[in-house]
Amino acid sequence: MKSTLFFVLLSMITVLVSCQNKGKETIVIGNYGSMTGAEATFGISTRDGIILAMEEWNKNGGLLGKQIELKAYDNQGKPEEARLSVEKLINIDNVVAVLGEVASTRSLAAAPVAQQYKVPMISPSSTNPLVTQKGDYIFRVCFIDPFQGQVMAKFAANSLKHKKGAILRDSKSDYSMGLADYFTATFKELGGTIVADEKYVSGDVDFKAQLTSIKQTNPDFIFIPGYYTEVGLIARQAREQGIKAPLLGGDGWDSDKLTEIGGKSIDGSYFSNHYTQEDPRPVVKSFIENYKARFGSIPNGLAAAGYDAAVITFQAIKTANSIEGKAIRDALAVTKDFVGVTGQITINENRDATKSAVVLQVQGTNFKYVETVNP
Amino acid sequence: MNEFLQHTINGLALGSIYALVALGYTMVFGVLQLINFAHGDIFMMGSFVGLYFIRFVIPNAEPSLFTAIMVIIAAMVGSAIIGVAIEKFAYRPLRKAPRINILITAIGVSLLLEYGGQLIFGASPQFFPDILPRTNIDIGGDIILDSNQITIFLVSVVLMFVLQYIVFKTQFGRAMRAISHSLETANLIGINVNKVILITFIIGSSLAGAAGVLYGVAYPKIDPLLGLLPGLKAFIAAVLGGIGNITGAVIGAIILGLSETYVAGYISSTYRDAFAFLILILVLLLKPAGLLGSKKIEKV
Repeated sequence: MKSTLFFVLLSMITVLVSCQNKGKETIVIGNYGSMTGAEATFGISTRDGIILAMEEWNKNGGLLGKQIELKAYDNQGKPEEARLSVEKLINIDNVVAVLGEVASTRSLAAAPVAQQYKVPMISPSSTNPLVTQKGDYIFRVCFIDPFQGQVMAKFAANSLKHKKGAILRDSKSDYSMGLADYFTATFKELGGTIVADEKYVSGDVDFKAQLTSIKQTNPDFIFIPGYYTEVGLIARQAREQGIKAPLLGGDGWDSDKLTEIGGKSIDGSYFSNHYTQEDPRPVVKSFIENYKARFGSIPNGLAAAGYDAAVITFQAIKTANSIEGKAIRDALAVTKDFVGVTGQITINENRDATKSAVVLQVQGTNFKYVETVNP
Repeated sequence: MNEFLQHTINGLALGSIYALVALGYTMVFGVLQLINFAHGDIFMMGSFVGLYFIRFVIPNAEPSLFTAIMVIIAAMVGSAIIGVAIEKFAYRPLRKAPRINILITAIGVSLLLEYGGQLIFGASPQFFPDILPRTNIDIGGDIILDSNQITIFLVSVVLMFVLQYIVFKTQFGRAMRAISHSLETANLIGINVNKVILITFIIGSSLAGAAGVLYGVAYPKIDPLLGLLPGLKAFIAAVLGGIGNITGAVIGAIILGLSETYVAGYISSTYRDAFAFLILILVLLLKPAGLLGSKKIEKV
């Protein structure tokens, strides 16, 4: 009953708002993300990247002769809120495209809504392969976990010459479960063995039991495909339990909170990411400079991915010369060799980006570039 | 065997934190027969008072025993003030009301603290700085004892004995027990009921405050919802040991901490919380008064 009432209300508002929107002077782009909660830096960095792209375009005359406007909603890190945010963006704010999310679990929750209303959704950094399989209006501008898993497995086996790996994964996260599986598959192919595969649940604070079990198997490294808050705590407790093996992870580590929580314990660990600040290409240099001038901090990989997602979307709207969902979708689908901050981006037939990944090492509070892996 | 011993040490440390929170639960229940659902959130407030004290009063303090004691005292005072305010404004006006009203009020206060906390402190987790110098002690056989684990364990055991002493050996404790027996009669024989209850809340809340800081030391990521699960677990521990019984609360908490660690270590961490609640259900079925609880005859 309550939900029926809600939808009646929602459709009334939609009708009202769409009446108002005729002849509107701006093009509205939507963004949803976790701006509070355990992965708050993900949402905030991504939004800031998008804002930077938008302001640059607006300064240069905007898009199709109009100014671009951003509507951003916080989903508190909850999948059900993510779904509701996209529902609001499409039906109330009438956005022409939706940018988001970072976490795959939340992208997966919201993607069907965008698909249903045929509004293109571009995820800057959700790496679980299932995200873009939700429909032909769902895109991403980052690599996917089968590739990311390969990158780290190859790095562990070939560059670090490790044979025995342990895994500690988040059983509540689609991203973590997927990445752990792909990592395991490649690592085994390369002749390594996984000696322990333990689980935790996001939100946990005590990992000592799992770490004690892992310690008994004496692995060469521990692969933790989780998000930075838990990873920081895991690193601390691993060292407290006397585990000296290096820790490896994925792009979910990319936050300055990682070193704040992990402290000395996370020092020397490796993770795969979308970009490195040390990239000498001019597009990266100017992005970092402008971001620093605007937000006063060095952008992380998620800000860079947010920036790329926004620019690719604006380009597509420009190419399509229309704000109609289908036209934008078609223009997005043929994106080729786009020079982005996070690398050369080509959208393939699965609406995923093919591009290279970098491996970074935590050194103090900095993430130092180690190597680039091409697809 | 070594693995088992390491799990045991970790379980004892986890149990000690539950114990600190459970002591406050059990004490308030012992006196008022009120399950103070806001207790877990007072514990959370303790962490934040500690955090802000470090941030604004002693921003450059080196980790030392002295720093830790200062932070713990600040958190205890802060939590005690919050506890007193809750007692005065939320519970006291309802003292004569049916028990269900005050129980629902407790849940309301709990939600107020959680979501008010999100408004004031922000919903994002914050980092709790190191306030105690920490060392790992290898006690042979590759078993590691962390100095924080020892501190937390000792603090909870000492506090248990202090409480035991207060309740059973002092005049104030006698008054508490009298109120627990019958509030009206205690009033009639000249006990200042409001004062005793207030002091009970001060003790209970400052214990939660101390626990909050120790929790921050052990798991340096704090957010306004952190009191939720430890609060529930501590409640289970208190029920398990026999709610109202001080030794029972500590024993219940240790059993819970140990069994959770064994479940996570040998079965799967996914079932960790489920197991805690399973214990609660089993105890309620087999021994409704808890391990050390005594059956009271319902007063009519």
